[in-house]
Amino acid sequence: MNPTAISVKNLDLYYGEKQALKNIHVDIDERSVTALIGPSGCGKSTFLRTLNRMNDLIPNVRIEGQILIKDTDIYSDEVDVEMLRKRVGMVFQAPNPFPKSIYENVAYGPRIHGLNDKKKLDEIVERSLRGAALWDEVKDRLKDRATGLSGGQQQRLCIARALAVEPDILLMDEPTSALDPISTLKVEELVQELKKNYTIVIVTHNMQQAARISDKTAFFLNGDLIEYNDTDKLFSNPDHQQTEEYITGRFG
Amino acid sequence: MAAEELMSKHKTALNHERAFDEERKIASRVKQRRGRNRLAHGLFFLATLVGVLVLAVLLFDIFQRGWSYVTADFMNNFASRFPSRAGIKGALWGSIWLIAITAPLTFIIGVGAAIYLEEYAKKGWISTLIQVNISNLAGVPSIVFGMLGLTIFVQILALKKSVLAGGLTLTLLILPVVIVAAREAIASVPNSLRHASLAMGATRWQTIQKVVLPYALPGIMTGTILALSRAIGETAPLIMVGAATFLAFTPGSVFDEFSALPIQIYNWVAQPKEEFSNLAAAGIIVLLVILLTMNGLAIFLRNKFQR
Repeated sequence: MNPTAISVKNLDLYYGEKQALKNIHVDIDERSVTALIGPSGCGKSTFLRTLNRMNDLIPNVRIEGQILIKDTDIYSDEVDVEMLRKRVGMVFQAPNPFPKSIYENVAYGPRIHGLNDKKKLDEIVERSLRGAALWDEVKDRLKDRATGLSGGQQQRLCIARALAVEPDILLMDEPTSALDPISTLKVEELVQELKKNYTIVIVTHNMQQAARISDKTAFFLNGDLIEYNDTDKLFSNPDHQQTEEYITGRFG
Repeated sequence: MAAEELMSKHKTALNHERAFDEERKIASRVKQRRGRNRLAHGLFFLATLVGVLVLAVLLFDIFQRGWSYVTADFMNNFASRFPSRAGIKGALWGSIWLIAITAPLTFIIGVGAAIYLEEYAKKGWISTLIQVNISNLAGVPSIVFGMLGLTIFVQILALKKSVLAGGLTLTLLILPVVIVAAREAIASVPNSLRHASLAMGATRWQTIQKVVLPYALPGIMTGTILALSRAIGETAPLIMVGAATFLAFTPGSVFDEFSALPIQIYNWVAQPKEEFSNLAAAGIIVLLVILLTMNGLAIFLRNKFQR
């Protein structure tokens, strides 16, 4: 049994008057893959963004409750949001490399945190690109523009870029929804590899994907966490009627 | 049963016929539509031609009158009562001083304001109000800015009729245009890039420096240069702040008196002697060359940095 990486207690989130997350309780294990599933607008992406406080960027968001990472409430005043985001990395839905070179993309994170030593940067860039299973494809053209890579390569570059700041937790917001099946497979294999060292929380629209790659799955509906269970259990013999209806395709 | 079948066959035949009619109608309408398309094409071509023709006439007239006057002496002589000795040196250097003061000031202040409004200011009615006011300022007649410059810089700040007062007035004049252009360039940076940077633990300022500004810079520079080419052709506000029409020296510091190309041209045009209007044409050629160079630079920068 892995120790707990993230502990969410009584989490409520409001966009203005509208409540988008209702009393969420979740404990996420270290070095595991947790999938968040549910129909569009159910709150799964919103929940993911509470974990690295990306919701702070949206005006009129109010959050109540607690999210503990290493026993610290990440919404308490003494937490630097920059430090939090260094520890909790994020990969977005559509690949979003900077219009810079491949090397500069990966070196971006370490640089903003103050690392300028060329040798160390070289090391981090190589290690991160290897970590994202992209090194062999790009090692001869690190100076090329990242925007010239294929979509799948760009997404793995974004994963490498997130790894370069050495996070403990990696949030992925539908990371394969803009990719073709082969690139998707590569990213899925990568997730399996990454969970040996990182805690991964992944939002996905694709239930097969959740079943394939995750250890635990959380099913959201209209801002409620309906069921949080071992993935095998949730997809074969869910505890809740609504989960059953969703995974058998009766709505959503 | 048979009757029904017959009816339905009849209906199908009717439908076919109707469809055929419909098609003929559409075919005849296609002719009309294409005719209208040709008409629109022609009208828009004419509209373009008006601008091009006017420019051609203007250029032809000016070059015919002024070309022979654009000589080394013309570039190196100061203003004079005698057309044969009159030159543009004072005005040309005055204009160069003005750009040298206006360009960095508008760039720094304009981009700073645009960054604040786009990246830091909370969106709400106050920021909308500021935005509307800036857009309005861009449409205020330049003479009004001249009066503002006269009051603030020449009188209150006691800068007298200096090239600094002129440069500051022109800065005020084009600042709204630069802010609007810079805001648009900054707003065109995809949010996904900002998020990528922030999600790695970058601060807002780091994100602006390393992601937003490099992406927006070509647009900002193009806007700034185009606004500067407007400033260099301005006459009215400079007359208000007291630009000289008759100077026998170039400014040695920002506190010296100055003239400017459009002022000199205006002055020559107002002279009764025929030669002076030819000198004015020569001055216009010099001004046009500077404008063209600046616009060319704007296009070059845009193409060079375009992704």
